Amino acid sequence: MRKSPANNMMLQTAMRYITIIVFAFSFYLFFAGHNSPGGGFIGGLMTASAFLILYLAFDKKIMKKVIPFDFTVLIGIGLLFGVGTGIASMLFDYPFLTQFFDYFPIPFFGDVELTTALSFDLGVYLVVVGAAMSIILVIAGDDE
Amino acid sequence: MTLLHWATISPFLLAIFIPLLYKYFRKIHTGWFVLILPLVLFIYYLNYLPVTRDGGTVMEYVPWVPSLGINIDLYVDGLSLLFALLITGIGVLVVLYSIYYLADKKERLNNFYVYLLLFMGAMLGVVLSDNLIVLYVFWEATSISSALLISYWFHREKSIYGAQKSMFITVFGGLSMLGGFSLIYVMTGTFSIREIIANVDLVTASSLFIPAMLLVLLGAFTKSAQFPFHIWLPDAMEAPTPVSAYLHSATMVKAGIYLVARVTPIFGGGAAWFWIITLAGLTTLIWGSLQAVRQKDLKSILAFSTVSQLGMIMSLLGAGSAAYYFNDGDNLLYTTAILAAVFHLINHATFKGSLFMAAGIVDHQTGTRDIRKLGGLMTFMPITATISLFGLAAMAGIPPLNGFLSKELFFTGMVQASQYGIFNLDTWGMFLPIIAWIASIFTFLYCAIIFFKTFRGKLQLEKLNVSKVREAPFGMLISPIILITLVIVFGLFPNILAYSIIDPAMQSILPGILSVGERFEVNITHWHGFNLELWMTLGVFLIGILLYRTMNRWSKLGFYRSEQDIFNYVYDQGYDGLIKGSQVITRAQITGRLRDYFVYMCVFMVLLIFYTMFKYDGFMLSTDNLSPIEPYMWLVLIAFVASIVAVPFINNRMTAIIVTGAAGYLVAIMFTIFRAPDLALTQLLIETVSVILFMLVFVHLPKLKKDKIKPSTKIVNLIVSVSVGVMMTLVSISAFAFGSETGFSSIREYFIENSKALAGGYNIVNVILVDFRGLDTMLEILVLAIAALGVISFIKLRLKEGEDV
Repeated sequence: MRKSPANNMMLQTAMRYITIIVFAFSFYLFFAGHNSPGGGFIGGLMTASAFLILYLAFDKKIMKKVIPFDFTVLIGIGLLFGVGTGIASMLFDYPFLTQFFDYFPIPFFGDVELTTALSFDLGVYLVVVGAAMSIILVIAGDDE
Repeated sequence: MTLLHWATISPFLLAIFIPLLYKYFRKIHTGWFVLILPLVLFIYYLNYLPVTRDGGTVMEYVPWVPSLGINIDLYVDGLSLLFALLITGIGVLVVLYSIYYLADKKERLNNFYVYLLLFMGAMLGVVLSDNLIVLYVFWEATSISSALLISYWFHREKSIYGAQKSMFITVFGGLSMLGGFSLIYVMTGTFSIREIIANVDLVTASSLFIPAMLLVLLGAFTKSAQFPFHIWLPDAMEAPTPVSAYLHSATMVKAGIYLVARVTPIFGGGAAWFWIITLAGLTTLIWGSLQAVRQKDLKSILAFSTVSQLGMIMSLLGAGSAAYYFNDGDNLLYTTAILAAVFHLINHATFKGSLFMAAGIVDHQTGTRDIRKLGGLMTFMPITATISLFGLAAMAGIPPLNGFLSKELFFTGMVQASQYGIFNLDTWGMFLPIIAWIASIFTFLYCAIIFFKTFRGKLQLEKLNVSKVREAPFGMLISPIILITLVIVFGLFPNILAYSIIDPAMQSILPGILSVGERFEVNITHWHGFNLELWMTLGVFLIGILLYRTMNRWSKLGFYRSEQDIFNYVYDQGYDGLIKGSQVITRAQITGRLRDYFVYMCVFMVLLIFYTMFKYDGFMLSTDNLSPIEPYMWLVLIAFVASIVAVPFINNRMTAIIVTGAAGYLVAIMFTIFRAPDLALTQLLIETVSVILFMLVFVHLPKLKKDKIKPSTKIVNLIVSVSVGVMMTLVSISAFAFGSETGFSSIREYFIENSKALAGGYNIVNVILVDFRGLDTMLEILVLAIAALGVISFIKLRLKEGEDV
């Protein structure tokens, strides 16, 4: 990722819209994982791709302002989610990583299934985003 | 822990306190503190004399590792008591001598006495242990402490060389001995020597008898410097003289003798034992005496003379073991050799100890031990000269000293052995006395050389390192005087030891020969008529004197000039060859090229798997259970194979990356065809990310070089890669065929049925990943996290130039 040329109007304008679509799709993949193809890993990679095209279109300095946190932090948070889900089940005298699910009536959505597996998957999601982004960014930023 | 145990380990306990005594009582020579212990121990062990004299034994049990049958059981009988008295008695004298010998303030006395006490304790342990493993432990402790003592002046290169050599050889023997002990355990199920002797039938009947015997003998022969393992002993002469006197003449080298005597009841009685020990002993005897004649260094002569005398004792033990063969009442006749062995053991310790001390005095007072520089010391050092004269006369076998008596007994034993009429002795037996006789001539010769070259002739003061030669201080002379007194006393009254020490020792070497209450007839006399032995002794004197008189003529021969033992050359070459050989092998194998190691691994894998498949007939091809192949699958497959095959022929990095990427996308398509949407999605994304990564990284690399690989290397590469491919294909085809044959159903049915019911999800893959097998996933994200952190630390935390971890 070299310095982006000054005039990249077309690319940058297009990316603003494309990114939103990709983000939306990645969230869809993440939440749909339990019943359709998708899940934390794929969703995470897709989110990483969305970030990546942003980095391609805009300068690294701008991106630093937009995303004020370090991606390596995501790895730690993700691991905490993964392990935390496992430990939480132990608090209720169940074996490590026992998952629970139930259906709750939520207005507008109807009966929605909520499962602890989702929080585990969130951990996977965060680790994948964090790892992919920090690897690529650190390699890309190596020549600075 | 009984008193006997405490007594045996007391040298170790005192050794702990030596550094403290050395540090806080600098004014007093540390040796004085040490001196008390062997004296007390000597008196303590003397208390056992009445017990063993009456044929009694003492056994004290202390468990160590009872579950393995390893116990610190101490056993006192005639043989072990004899050795214990030798160790402590000579120990007293040597410590006393060392106090004056190492009087120099610069000597590191704390090290010296710690090593010496370690050695003394280990040696006591060896002779008193009844348990083979405990004996082995103490045995190795003597090897280690001996090496430490040899390298006491560790700044000298030759000391280190000698210590290393003795360590290698004795530890080699020690380990063989451990193997022999293990075999004995396999045969009898016990480590206790008492019990093994009680169940000796188990040993003699076993097919492991010969291997066990050879291994144990290897230990004994290396320790007591038997041919051809004797080479370490002359090099051990770099040790301080008290050490040489103690370890390398009186005690440690006799550990092997002790072991052979100890296991005679187990292995003795057969032709193999008789011939191996007798021949090894006689070879050592004659080789040692021949080498001793050539040496120019006083201590080297004494070292080879020790080798030779040890061979003599060993051959006597071998000849005496034949007593076991005869079960009738006459077998008492054949015990003369054992009597001679025990008697000479005592005599050798007395006169060799005094001779080493005298040599040390000469070295100390003149600064050299080279007999070419010495001469005429008799008038200046009369006491030392007298000591040497008696010691040498005893060694040469001149009446009425004790050496004469044991030499006569030696001849008697050998002559008797040649007339046994068993073990093919009627054919070869006549050589035994002849070899013994020739060796005795050379013994006489080198004894004469030592005395006349050192003490007679002219004083060559200009060649010595001192300005004035004077007699040694009295303290240094006490120990050799005591030993020489013993030489004379034992010589004049040989029977004072007969029933107190020699007979009990013989009874423990040859148990079961006598009926209860009987005694061996020990009657050593100076005069036993005009028989063959007398003429042999006279012949030794005559020819010995003749050879010494004509020395001027034959000393110009090359034989006399060079001192090197041929086996030293063999050892050095072998040592160098071992190092060079292993270097050659290592260099050929550890090339430092990753490619080579990869080839090793692949070749090994291929050979192992093909061997297994052929051996157990593992090939199988089954066309049942195969699914039909649709035409479009062929298209994907051909494209995939094409892209894989193309990669090795591409000379451009970018193209290679893109082609690899194409193969990855084709895999994603295959996942789609085989209805794995999650995998297909993941594969697609991962392939994209990794292609981007490759491009990012490869931008920085130089262009691919035109291959300059040799054609032979290319062919090897081709063969290896093709064979790995073929192997994996065959394995998977066979595995598939066998898998469909077993008839086990897959566990997938469970997941399909329970995915919704138990985990509330329709996506079975995802449910397995997060619910059924969530632990795997958890650890996989950990792997991902570690990889990311690894990349970050590789790139961000590079060392700057000149930095080091």
